[in-house]
Amino acid sequence: MSEFDWKRRHFMSAAAAAAGVVLAPGVTLYGIAAKAREADVPVTSETRWGLLIDVNRCSDGCDACVSACNEENGIEGHGRPATDAQWIRKVQLRDPRTGIEKHFPVMCQHCAEPPCVDVCPTGASFKRADGIVLVDKHICIGCRYCMMACPYKARSFIHENVSEQRPYAPRGKGTVESCTMCVHRVDAGAVPACVEACGERGNGAMLFGDLNDPDSEISQRIATYATRRIRADLGVDPGVWYQNL
Amino acid sequence: MRALVLLFVLLVVPAAAGAQEGRASGPVIPKGKGTQCVAETDYMRRFHMIELTHQRDETVHRGIRTERYSLKECVECHASVGTDGTPISINAPGQFCASCHDYAAVTIDCFQCHASKPDGSDQAGLARSLAVAAGMETVR
Repeated sequence: MSEFDWKRRHFMSAAAAAAGVVLAPGVTLYGIAAKAREADVPVTSETRWGLLIDVNRCSDGCDACVSACNEENGIEGHGRPATDAQWIRKVQLRDPRTGIEKHFPVMCQHCAEPPCVDVCPTGASFKRADGIVLVDKHICIGCRYCMMACPYKARSFIHENVSEQRPYAPRGKGTVESCTMCVHRVDAGAVPACVEACGERGNGAMLFGDLNDPDSEISQRIATYATRRIRADLGVDPGVWYQNL
Repeated sequence: MRALVLLFVLLVVPAAAGAQEGRASGPVIPKGKGTQCVAETDYMRRFHMIELTHQRDETVHRGIRTERYSLKECVECHASVGTDGTPISINAPGQFCASCHDYAAVTIDCFQCHASKPDGSDQAGLARSLAVAAGMETVR
C-alpha cells in the first residue's frame, strides 16, 4: 500500500470515528455501548458484551489498542517483560507453508464458561451478569490458579508496588488482573479504550457490542460473515470473535 | 467565703481549661468540600467502613456506580490541594484519612490499590468518549 493510501485510510477512519459514518457498505467497524445504564441499576444477563476483531484490518506495527489500554488503566512496565502486567497484546501468526502472516490483538476473551472462575478458590475471579470476567481484588489472595487455568494467557500477577493508579482502575501488588473490557467505560455507556483507539488511531479493526442483541452491529456481523474464536474447541464460549483469522 | 471562692476558681478553672486542651489534642481533620458529607457526620465517623464495604461489592459485582458511598467520591471531596496546586494523597500523614486512622491506630489497605488523589483528567477523557458515542448514536 502506498504512503498516500495509508494516510487516506487514517483520515477516513478518523473521520468515521468523529462523525460515525459508515466506512464502506457493510464494514463499519466501530461499536457503541448503545444502552447506557442508570448508575443505580445492576447489570443483567440480558446483555452480553463482546468484541469482534477483523484480523485483515489489523496491521503489523500498530499498537494503538495496547498503548490505549496501558494509558487508560495506568499499566506501566518495569522493563521486565516476564513479569510486567499485560492486559492486551499483539500476536503474530505465520503459516510456515505459505508464509502468510496475521496480526491481531489478544486479551481476556471474557468466556461464558471461564476456566479462571472455575478454579478460583476464593470467588475473587467471577463473571459479571453481562458477561465481563473480572477479578475482585478485595478477595483475591494472589494464588494465580486462574493464570494457570486460562487458555489465553490473559492474566497477569502484580509483582511490585503500584502507585499513581487511575481512580477508576484500582491495581495493587499481590493480586491477579486482566482486561476488564474497560468496565468503567462500558458502565458509563462508552466503548473500551482499545476499541476507541483502534477506530481513531488504528485501522478500525475492533467492534464492541451486545452479543445478546440480534440487532446489534456485532451480532449482525457475526451472523453475516464467517468468524471464529480462538480455541473454540475448548468449549469455554469466548466473547471475543475474530473475522478473517 | 471569699477565700473559698478564690480557692474554687484557682482549682477548678485550670482543670477545665486542661480538659479543653485534652480535647483539642485529638486528630485535626482537614475539612472537605461543601458543607455536609453524604450522611450525618456522626454516622459517617462510626459507619463509613461498612458503607464503603457494601458499596465496593455492589460496584465490583453488580456494576452499581452510585456516587454516594463511592470511595472515589470520598477522595474527590476530602483530598486536599497543596500550596503548589497539586493534590495531596488523602492517605498522607495529617490528611483526611490518615489523621484519624493514625490517631486510632487503625491501618487501612484501601490505598494500596486505589488512587488516593482525585484525577480530573479521566473525567475529561471519558466525557469525550461519551460525546463520540452519543454523536454516533444520533447518526445511527
